[in-house]
Order: sequence, then structure tokens, then C-alpha cells
Amino acid sequence: MARMKFLCDAERCIECNGCVTACKQENEVPWGVNRRRVVTINDGIVGAEKSISVACMHCSDAPCMAVCPVDCFYRTDDGVVLHDKDLCIGCGYCFYACPFGAPQFPQAGAFGLRGKMDKCTFCAGGPEKDQSEAEFKKYGRNRLSEGKLPACAEMCSTKALLGGDGDVIADIYRDRVVRRGKGSEVWGWGTAYGPGKPDAQPPAQPARKS
Amino acid sequence: MRAILLIVIAGFALTACGNREQIADGKRSYQGKPDSQPWNNEPLAAEYRGGKWTKGDRASWETDIKARQLTQHEYKRIDQ
Repeated sequence: MARMKFLCDAERCIECNGCVTACKQENEVPWGVNRRRVVTINDGIVGAEKSISVACMHCSDAPCMAVCPVDCFYRTDDGVVLHDKDLCIGCGYCFYACPFGAPQFPQAGAFGLRGKMDKCTFCAGGPEKDQSEAEFKKYGRNRLSEGKLPACAEMCSTKALLGGDGDVIADIYRDRVVRRGKGSEVWGWGTAYGPGKPDAQPPAQPARKS
Repeated sequence: MRAILLIVIAGFALTACGNREQIADGKRSYQGKPDSQPWNNEPLAAEYRGGKWTKGDRASWETDIKARQLTQHEYKRIDQ
């Protein structure tokens, strides 16, 4: 087994927010906390609108884990990044470190009291007895221990959001892309940063000070 | 005898002047409670559409969850 990952196909996502609703319902996430959300770019521009569903990406080298002052994060054998809420002090460092805005903090009380961090668990629960009430209340449902995949991915009507072993979902996505009539040109530098100008040269390196 | 005793006491006293290595080794570890593994649970009853694996057998759980992942592949869907 490699590592559990999410992959969202921007060509398929229709911004229905079914994944967000499924996550909320499955884990009984409190008001004000969104473990998953749908981000849309070029909103309203016909033909240019793209949406992707974003949550914790369960990074292989997770910045949240690196900055946590109390070391409450851990990675499971399946590559899922989880944390211990009993240890979390709600400092918010993980929120600033995460490039995806995954860590969420419940806002309760009149003075902006920040509670313990909450985030997507890949429906893998947390450090409590599996499928126990304590685990559900703190972390949500543990679907992996039931032999199921995250609710968001399984509920996705267009199967834009894929969840599972990185190798498996990458194969699924690759097969789709090939069937769309595209090939290797959809991966790599050109796709990530655009084709650029013809005959463009790389930027000159600044002279080093000796 | 007295001189030997003084040397021993001085030796103990000077240990406080030692300089311990204080460089962080960069290794940080999880400080919270241990978590259990998903394959160490009994599969759900068939009507709840969970998996089928042998409790405690990681390989069988992985085979089962991989089959579930492949149901996301509409071109190769196996049980839907």
C-alpha cells in the first residue's frame, strides 16, 4: 500500500457541493467548520470556469506536522495525517503553515475563543478506540475501519473527486485523460505553468556575491 | 585519607561544570495517544456494505479496500 490521497478532476467537478455536504453529514462537523470546500476559479466566465474540491491533502511531508509545537500530529501506516485533539492547544500554527487552509478552528464564545483544531481525517477517525463514541465525537466517523472510503469521494456524483491509494487513483485519472484524447502533454511543466512564449529563454540567474 | 576524600568530592562537584550537547537532532515524534489500525476491526455485516477481510490481516484489508477504490473507475466498475 502506498499512501491515501485525494485527487479532484477539474474537468468533471460541477460545483454541486455534494462532497461538502457528505462530509458535514457523515462526521457531524460543527457549524462554522468546513473540513472540505469547493473552490471555483473564473467564476461566471463561460467556458473558463473550473472547480475543485479541497480538503486536507494528507501531505507526505506535512507542514502542519513540522510546525506543531506540541507534536500532536502523526501519520498512519496508510499515509493519513491525523492529530490528537487532547494534545492540541489551538495555537493556529498549523493553519498558517498549511497551503490548502485545511485546519479549521471552531469559533465559540463572545471573545473569539479559538478551540482545538479540526480537519479532514480521510474518514479514518483518530487516536481513540475505533468506531467508539469518543472517536466519533472528537474526529468523526472511521470509515476506513469499516472497509469504506471517505464519504466525500464515495458520494461524488460525477466521480470528479477520487479518494484512495495514490497509485490506484492516479491510474484511474490517467485512463480518463487518455480516453479524452489527450496524452503525456497533460502532465508536466507546460500544464502546470502554461506553454509560455515560443523561443522563450529561462530567466537569467542573478550574479552571486563572492 | 583526607586528601583522597577531598579529591573525590571535588570530582563530584566538577561534574556540574560539564557541557552537555544541546544541539537538536531534528527528530521530533508524536506525543499523543497511540492509534489502532483499521484492519484490526471486524468487518461490518453485509447489509451495511462494508468490506470483507480477516481481522488483523493487513494484506486482506488492503486487497479489499483496493477493490473498493476501483469501483470509482467507471470503465472498470466491478460490483455496481
